[in-house]
Amino acid sequence: MAGFLSEAEWVALTLSLKVALAAVLCGLPFAFFCALLLARRDFRGKTLVDGVIHLPLVLPPVALGYLLLISLGTRAPLGAFLLQNFGIRFVFSWTGAALASAILTFPFQVRAIRLSLEAQDPGLAQAAETLGAGPLDRLTSLYLPLALPGILAGVVTAFAACLGEFGAIITFVSNIPGETRTIPLAIYTAIQTPGGEAAAARLAALSILLALAGLVLADVVARRVRAQIGQ
Amino acid sequence: MSSGIQLRHRLDAFQLDAAFEFGNSPGVSALFGPSGAGKSTIINAIAGLIAPEFGRIVINGETLLDTERGLSVPARARRIGVVFQDTRLFPHLDVQGNLLYGSRRAPVKSDASRTAAVVGLLGLEGLLNRRPRTLSGGERSRVALGRALLMNPRALLLDEPLAALDAARKAEILPYLERLVHETQIPMLYVSHSLDEVARLADRMIVIDKGRVIAEGSVFDLSARLDLVAGSPLLPGVILQAKIAAHDEAHALTELELAGESVVVPRIAKAIGETVRIRIDAPDVMLALSRPEGVSANNILPVLVTAIEQTGPNADVQLALKEARLVARITRRSLERLALKPGTAVFAVIKSVTVGGREHL
Repeated sequence: MAGFLSEAEWVALTLSLKVALAAVLCGLPFAFFCALLLARRDFRGKTLVDGVIHLPLVLPPVALGYLLLISLGTRAPLGAFLLQNFGIRFVFSWTGAALASAILTFPFQVRAIRLSLEAQDPGLAQAAETLGAGPLDRLTSLYLPLALPGILAGVVTAFAACLGEFGAIITFVSNIPGETRTIPLAIYTAIQTPGGEAAAARLAALSILLALAGLVLADVVARRVRAQIGQ
Repeated sequence: MSSGIQLRHRLDAFQLDAAFEFGNSPGVSALFGPSGAGKSTIINAIAGLIAPEFGRIVINGETLLDTERGLSVPARARRIGVVFQDTRLFPHLDVQGNLLYGSRRAPVKSDASRTAAVVGLLGLEGLLNRRPRTLSGGERSRVALGRALLMNPRALLLDEPLAALDAARKAEILPYLERLVHETQIPMLYVSHSLDEVARLADRMIVIDKGRVIAEGSVFDLSARLDLVAGSPLLPGVILQAKIAAHDEAHALTELELAGESVVVPRIAKAIGETVRIRIDAPDVMLALSRPEGVSANNILPVLVTAIEQTGPNADVQLALKEARLVARITRRSLERLALKPGTAVFAVIKSVTVGGREHL
């Protein structure tokens, strides 16, 4: 692998994986909570919440990147507050790339988890209740294990989508080698560089490989999990 | 009322307004009535799965719901075991995990010996590591029963636990239910459409229709009430208690003593002197003005007509054999031909094979 890829391309690959992993894992608890809220509760403004969660699907990523830049930049009130009090800086950092990716792929996670929660027989929850299980107990002993295939599907889809993120990252955290230059940004840079076509082609091939591996893995894991939970 | 159920609830056009005795003593009360009568609403309200507009639920002296005092124990703390018609086993847990789900959360947990006893009672020994998906319908019902029993409930609600099973599976599970009824001291409310199941399991019967309790009492009294059986979609038949008088091993028959008369039925595997329940369906009872001669039927009982109820082509005739009651369903034409009236002395002719025919009731 290292022979096939140049040092810089290898860095882009590992960075991409790191950003995607962080984005998905940090987004997952929130996604599960939102999915649970949408699947199990009726409340005023549900349509609005649903809309906001799905907004990243239709919003131009560049617009999101811009919004993040003006709200979390070091001179913006929120960005300055985070930097001074917690030492957290998103701009020009890989964490910013992860944040942008997490927001953009959030709807994928919520959707998959929500579908698997809605597919659960509400009678099971009633049975658990009569058997003495309170709300939190039902969540961990019933909803969560039964939603596992959906959670995995959401994680894999979101992970794959993170690997392709471009517009929001380049707008929000720029194109810094080793810090924010993920594979798509590296491809873009290679195309802009005279004689970079071969590097761009290698990176594109790598993207295809990653996407395929992800899909196959997701399918295998989902099948195993379904068998495990008896569906 | 020290223990009992009072419920008022409106659901769209349906109005439930029911009050009955339940939960004071062990034994099975059958909640009996046509679909849409409100049986499931009652079950859900007692279990705490719906909140009725008005209600008082007292089980064994413990108040679980009293809307007037603003008291409502949440479902998870009521300790009311429910066996749902669709079993509702947890698909991600094996049989063992399902059985212990309630027990692990109960204030009084089932220890190993109690668990083993219930597993043995329901014949679940070989299934403990299986997933619900791989079980047959009858096996699933047994697991659902075990799961509810092992939580050590104050009362057990069975919502048509056999309705989803075919006749063979029902026959397989009924003996388990009978053993359960005899070996546990838990009040049970058994929802059913089937007089057969009621006859085998229940002591008391609560008949509901259109959200109201129309009769409540012992199964022996209620099964002979014409106002309940006439025009009812349920197969009418009386449930009687009789004593084993003798066995005729050569012909595989058993002779019962019923209100001083002898009734011959197919062999019942019980000792002489023991009491058994029999069920005699109204269409199987023939009436004659004089004692018939040269007929194949073994049982010819002298009875008095006590009441008559006519619907469509049918006439349901209630008959008294001393304190026991029978019901005969004949045509209205026969009723007129025989000129039957309350007080008429007739003979009830009952073929032995029709009495024992259904699972040796």
